[in-house]
Amino acid sequence: MDNFNYHRPSKPADAAKAMKKAKDGKFMSGGMTLLPTMKQGLASPTDIIDLGGLKNSGVTAAAAKVVVKAGTVHADVASDKGVKKAIPALAKLASGIGDPHVRNRGTIGGSIANNDPAADYPAAVVGLGATVQTSARKIPGDKFFTGMFETALKSDEIVSAVEFPVPKRAAYVKFPNPASRYAMVGVMVAELKDGSVRVAVTGAGPKVFRVPEMEKALQAKFSADAIAGIQVKAKGLNSDIHASPEYRAHLVNVLARRAVAAAK
Amino acid sequence: MSDTGIGARVKRKEDHRFITGKGQYTDDINLKDQTYAYFVRSPYAHATIKSIKIPKWKPEDGVVGVFTGDHVAEDKIGGLICGWMIHSKDGSPMKAGPHPILAQGKVRYVGDHVAVVVAESKEQAKAAAARINVSYGELPHVVDAAKAAKSAAQIHDVAPNNTVFEWSLGDKTATDAAFSRAHHVTKLDIVNNRLIPNAMEPRAAIGSWDAGNDHYTLYTTSQNPHVARLVISAFHGLAPEHKLRVIAPDVGGGFGSKIFIYAEEVVCVWASKRIGGRPIKWTAERTESFLADAHGRDHVTHAELAMDAQGRILGLKCHTIAGMGAYLSTFASCVPTYLYATLLSGQYAIPAIYAEVDAVYTNTAPVDAYRGAGRPEATYVVERIVETAAREMKIDPAEFRRRNFVKSFPHQTPVIMTYDAGDYDASLEKALEIADYRGFAQRKAAAAKKGKLRGIGFANYIEACGIAPSAAVGSLGAGVGLWESAEVRVNPVGTVEILTGSHSHGQGHETTFAQLVSDRLGVDINTVSIVHGDTDKVQFGMGTYGSRSGAVGMTAIAKALDKVEAKAKKVAAHVMEAAEGDIEFKNGTFSVKGTDKKMAFGEVALAAYVAHKFPTSEIEPGLKESAFHDPTNFTFPAGCHICEVEIDRDTGVTEIVNWTAVDDFGTVINPMIVEGQVHGGITQGVGQALTEGCVYDPDSGQLITGSYMDYCMPRASDVPSFKLDFTETKCPSNPLGMKGCGEAGAIAAPAAVMNAVTDALGVRDLPMPASPHTVWKALHATKMAAE
Amino acid sequence: MSAISMKVNGKAVCGTVEPRTLLVEFLRENLGLTGTHVGCDTSQCGACVVHVNGKAIKSCTALAVACDGAEVTTVEGLAKNGKLHPMQEAFREHHGLQCGFCTPGMLMAAVDLVKRKGKKLDEATIRHELEGNICRCTGYHNIVKAIQAGAENM
Repeated sequence: MDNFNYHRPSKPADAAKAMKKAKDGKFMSGGMTLLPTMKQGLASPTDIIDLGGLKNSGVTAAAAKVVVKAGTVHADVASDKGVKKAIPALAKLASGIGDPHVRNRGTIGGSIANNDPAADYPAAVVGLGATVQTSARKIPGDKFFTGMFETALKSDEIVSAVEFPVPKRAAYVKFPNPASRYAMVGVMVAELKDGSVRVAVTGAGPKVFRVPEMEKALQAKFSADAIAGIQVKAKGLNSDIHASPEYRAHLVNVLARRAVAAAK
Repeated sequence: MSDTGIGARVKRKEDHRFITGKGQYTDDINLKDQTYAYFVRSPYAHATIKSIKIPKWKPEDGVVGVFTGDHVAEDKIGGLICGWMIHSKDGSPMKAGPHPILAQGKVRYVGDHVAVVVAESKEQAKAAAARINVSYGELPHVVDAAKAAKSAAQIHDVAPNNTVFEWSLGDKTATDAAFSRAHHVTKLDIVNNRLIPNAMEPRAAIGSWDAGNDHYTLYTTSQNPHVARLVISAFHGLAPEHKLRVIAPDVGGGFGSKIFIYAEEVVCVWASKRIGGRPIKWTAERTESFLADAHGRDHVTHAELAMDAQGRILGLKCHTIAGMGAYLSTFASCVPTYLYATLLSGQYAIPAIYAEVDAVYTNTAPVDAYRGAGRPEATYVVERIVETAAREMKIDPAEFRRRNFVKSFPHQTPVIMTYDAGDYDASLEKALEIADYRGFAQRKAAAAKKGKLRGIGFANYIEACGIAPSAAVGSLGAGVGLWESAEVRVNPVGTVEILTGSHSHGQGHETTFAQLVSDRLGVDINTVSIVHGDTDKVQFGMGTYGSRSGAVGMTAIAKALDKVEAKAKKVAAHVMEAAEGDIEFKNGTFSVKGTDKKMAFGEVALAAYVAHKFPTSEIEPGLKESAFHDPTNFTFPAGCHICEVEIDRDTGVTEIVNWTAVDDFGTVINPMIVEGQVHGGITQGVGQALTEGCVYDPDSGQLITGSYMDYCMPRASDVPSFKLDFTETKCPSNPLGMKGCGEAGAIAAPAAVMNAVTDALGVRDLPMPASPHTVWKALHATKMAAE
Repeated sequence: MSAISMKVNGKAVCGTVEPRTLLVEFLRENLGLTGTHVGCDTSQCGACVVHVNGKAIKSCTALAVACDGAEVTTVEGLAKNGKLHPMQEAFREHHGLQCGFCTPGMLMAAVDLVKRKGKKLDEATIRHELEGNICRCTGYHNIVKAIQAGAENM
């Protein structure tokens, strides 16, 4: 991979400053996506600003909400007792990202800031109605993911934490791409404490999306049968050698039903 | 049986260095003043090279040299060869296009080697390669073998319609006659999907030229270093053999892909002289392995099977289009011909067989032998069509097979092979029992209650291994003999070194070969060492592939051991003052019949070297013997694999829930190692059937499955634990009775899986890999048809 | 170039690296610890797994500079005082390796697995947890058996 200037700031302000100064800078958290991308020559930033020096990791789980700091690795979310109790769906999602070694290095902040269309966390952020805290503001989960690999973050803005309201019940079911193990389709279904229901789908489209028809049906009756006949449109869904848009659309329904049945 | 002799589950002697991180693979080796190579590769599937612009380098670029096809031509370095001549039906020789080690005027697949940059560091070489500006003129391309003959692409001038050869085997008239008598004919169109080998160690090489002695050394990831030396010497014309040393140190898996002589390795050793002798190292990035290792399989086949009213097979017809890629790789031409069509009789007594094979060029990486090489393709044809015929005739598939098995040996098939020994009923019956075939209906019903579709599938495979009798393969077009050599060096203290032309890259030769020595000489296995993989140490040898190292390589060792024993007896007779005929050798001790005189093996070895007590005019001092063994026939491992699957109707996910394998490998030297070979082979076959498939984009010619992100390697969760057992009929053509085990699993598995999957789904055929998407499409189509 | 220092297999080491130098390159090329292998360029195969501060990571996907000050254990550091680690013993005992190339990563992943999930491991758990390690030789059968046995002896 091409060389770059390496920065490891210990304060968010310094990180932002380094980014401003860089010609083509990139923030790096776990580096699980960025480094392979650079190795393959698909990205050649002039500057890497390693956010590891911010030491911004840890989870606080309370009755009403779970706050995951941006630098928390997936393994820590997956194994956190508080998360497992408050939002088992979130712990389960984290436990299925990549593989055990990736989970020891990849972080929630890195994952959502990168917004890979096949990443798992976007389904949690949208599906659980989370709020993203950044170095500058709070962004509602629904507004955070703006397009494929694009987010509402400004170029020097850094995710600092994600705040998940504890739902009444929720579950995440993933169908991994057989080769890469990214989500070919992943569905988070959650019934929130206010009685509203969210169904968020990752992997199937260019970015995470909700399925209002399913949400409405589930709000009326939270059971798998309620959504048995609701298919998302195949048009516009991702297509590759592993899955056609039609297959992905079909899987959205299957996984959503399984998630409803598994929700707790 | 001693605890380290033939048949013992001896723990591997080589493991210590691997589990402690002390293995020495090519990339682990660094030579003084080493430079690094990076290859400029074609981004186009088919194009002319209009120009290559090389920038003016600055010192900080670290570039030592850039070489192109022009430099290759200047040095008169010959092109890569295909060492097996195939003639078409009309008698014309195969159309082998030129394959220069760096492209000359044209590129023919994405990844084709255009130029090499040699620099002070890996990073510098790669960065400089990116700055070389090659101007291409795009040409029409074709990546699909079935479309190659009618494509607008003209890949090699020598090969009109991109056709390498149109070959046939068997008696067409007799086969047509058999079909005219048929009660039922089963027809099947099947594709044997193209695979990318993916040994976990990527290919690597370090080439160096010693100016003082005008001598070259090549470290390389090779399964057959002597063959590499021979080809680089005789065909590339780099240097005579005594001026070239090829070393294949620890090699991290091969599966066929490291048999071949590739451009990159030759370039490293050639270009070293161009840069004044500094060593040049190249290690493939995995992306390069995908692009430029020889791929496997790629057959498109139409087959027909004729039966009488009782379900007895009367004849088999088969037409196959074999994709060869853009160039003919080292052994490419024999794979879809003599390693394929000769096995189309399977385990069955088929009176008439006729096969046609059209080999075609495509704008893809070359295709060559990959674990099983031709035999998995043959087994897939035979076992899929036999299964389909049984279903069509409503005969239980096990019973259908039983009715058609070859029952007496030797058996001459209509396609060259003479099966020498086997008992196919025995392996089938044992497998049926272990797999609880009778209980399947119940298990299927139980699965249905869970919403799962359960299916069962057989593969009764046969392969031809122990490759190969030299005269026989010579008459079929091989450019080399396929014997093996061995040297047994007994040291004065009685320890033993075995030098073998076989090469171990995971097979455990350091253990199994030592077991043979321990068994024969009665010595401690720890006093035996196996030397391989270095042309300066070992006499000529043919290397390891085609499950030949046991049947051919160990037989060579056994012959040399016979000579050692004979000579040691002479020495012992003199020392113990007895007649040579009275000397007995047992459990490592020489004794004089009818007396209590005896000498340990080590004492006799010492006596042989001291040479005080025998007339050296009659008996030469020392104890070292060598042997070359040329087999008299192929060996014929065979067996029965039974696979049971459950399919999730909703997602299309196939889970293998049961696997039974009963194999007949003849004598088994080390059951632990043999079982390991079967496990690995099955998993590679499962990979072919369920997860792996090489995909080129027909529009752009780009390799879509160019990394592990898209090429799906089987993982631990894709396979179950396997139930293995053996039957044994000794191989009559070698003294040890061995048949070979390295490829069996990969040969049997695809047919077993696909027979099970099609059984579960109730469909005739499904393309491999039967990925969840593919299975879902079949389920969806069935559902649509029902509605 | 940056100066970095680490504790590798219990020994303090230091070196000068470019920012782009990967941890695996530092281990293999600067320190000569060639037991850790590189089998792919997309972080899937797991041949490069080492432990950093007690956790298994893919050393092909970590910058050496980012590991400045870390404690690293590689396959060379598993055996202590000439005595093999129980997991190494188990791989030999159960024929959990053939060509040996994926083995260092498998061993490091296995030891990490036992640390996380305990000594009693069922087959399904082991197979699932090996998601990040690819082997082309063994068909995983004996690797699973080896890990199960090695775990009990740890």
